[in-house]
Amino acid sequence: MLGEKALELIKEMERSKDGKLPAYNDNCVRLVLEEMTALFQQNQDDVNATVAGEAQYYPGIRLRHASLERNKRCLLAYLYNRLERIRDLRWDFGNILPPEIRENLCDPEIEWFARYSKNLATYSRSLGEGSGLDLTHDIKPPKNIYVEVRCLKDYGEFEVEEGDVVVLQKNTTHYLPMSSCQHLIRLGVLQQVD
Amino acid sequence: MSPTLERHQTDLVDCMLDQINQMTENLKRCKKQDFRAAVHKMEIDRIRYVLSSYLRVRLEKIERYAHHLLEKDASVKDQSETVLSPEEASYAKEYVSSMESHFQKVVLQQMPEIIRGFDAVKECVRPNLESYIFLKVKEATPGVLLEDDTGDGRDEEVDLEEGSQYLMRYNTVKDLLQSGAVVFI
Repeated sequence: MLGEKALELIKEMERSKDGKLPAYNDNCVRLVLEEMTALFQQNQDDVNATVAGEAQYYPGIRLRHASLERNKRCLLAYLYNRLERIRDLRWDFGNILPPEIRENLCDPEIEWFARYSKNLATYSRSLGEGSGLDLTHDIKPPKNIYVEVRCLKDYGEFEVEEGDVVVLQKNTTHYLPMSSCQHLIRLGVLQQVD
Repeated sequence: MSPTLERHQTDLVDCMLDQINQMTENLKRCKKQDFRAAVHKMEIDRIRYVLSSYLRVRLEKIERYAHHLLEKDASVKDQSETVLSPEEASYAKEYVSSMESHFQKVVLQQMPEIIRGFDAVKECVRPNLESYIFLKVKEATPGVLLEDDTGDGRDEEVDLEEGSQYLMRYNTVKDLLQSGAVVFI
């Protein structure tokens, strides 16, 4: 059935909407591209025949062209959707991706992530005449200056804004200024205690 | 609030960032235990959050409608009428080019030649200018023409009184928004 593999890619993205980004399905993409090349080859033969005067191949040519267009659209949608998810990762995790996510991205996607990161950093720096404003901070409106947090993983020593050094060991609780630990809360190292 | 990107207001943004910086400087000079330091710090955090949020929403819209906005700005002759600030324009250009080169590299190069073309102009996402928005009237404007959706010809003319609030299509009040006669709620 024409276009089935491409639909599989789309279904994969749709099913994984709430969870992690699935691994780059290189195999499926390759199959779709092979299908397209095969269709195109068949079309070329038919076009040559039509030019020579036989008009009966025309509906077949149109069908194959339509399915080529559809495959292309599905592939681009798959790629675009993955890029959107990767972009959200940049806002969640910052510049460096954890290894378990990195292994799900193919090389061009990792390059794109680096380029996007750089673009965002350049823009952030250009705000406010040289001093810059990091837009990935302050995702939620500030409720309190200080917040009570519990450590979920062993992080080691951590220097707070005011200069005090805190040792972040697993299962310890600390009372820290919000701005210093925002990033760690997002990474999952600290957890806010309500 | 707006379905599309409004004009950039870099002066306001810069002004606020300056104020934040000044307040941070003042704080450093104060003693740490001073009660006022805590209050000022909250104020700074709040301002920074509002500013961040505004710029983040702008970036989101730029990323979503990048190609369309760049096209629109290219057709505007007067530099002060552009929707994107210079930094935003270069951000948008880089974003669009990184997307296109990614597509080219991963799939388009392997496709048969006739399909290889990627017409971004046709494929780009355009903002929905017909979406409804809440607005409040600042200056009384008589005679705003509301076009009828169903095409029955029941076009209405409405007088916008000062201080009243409406829910209307963005297209209808686009020019009034630009001039400042109505504002978003």
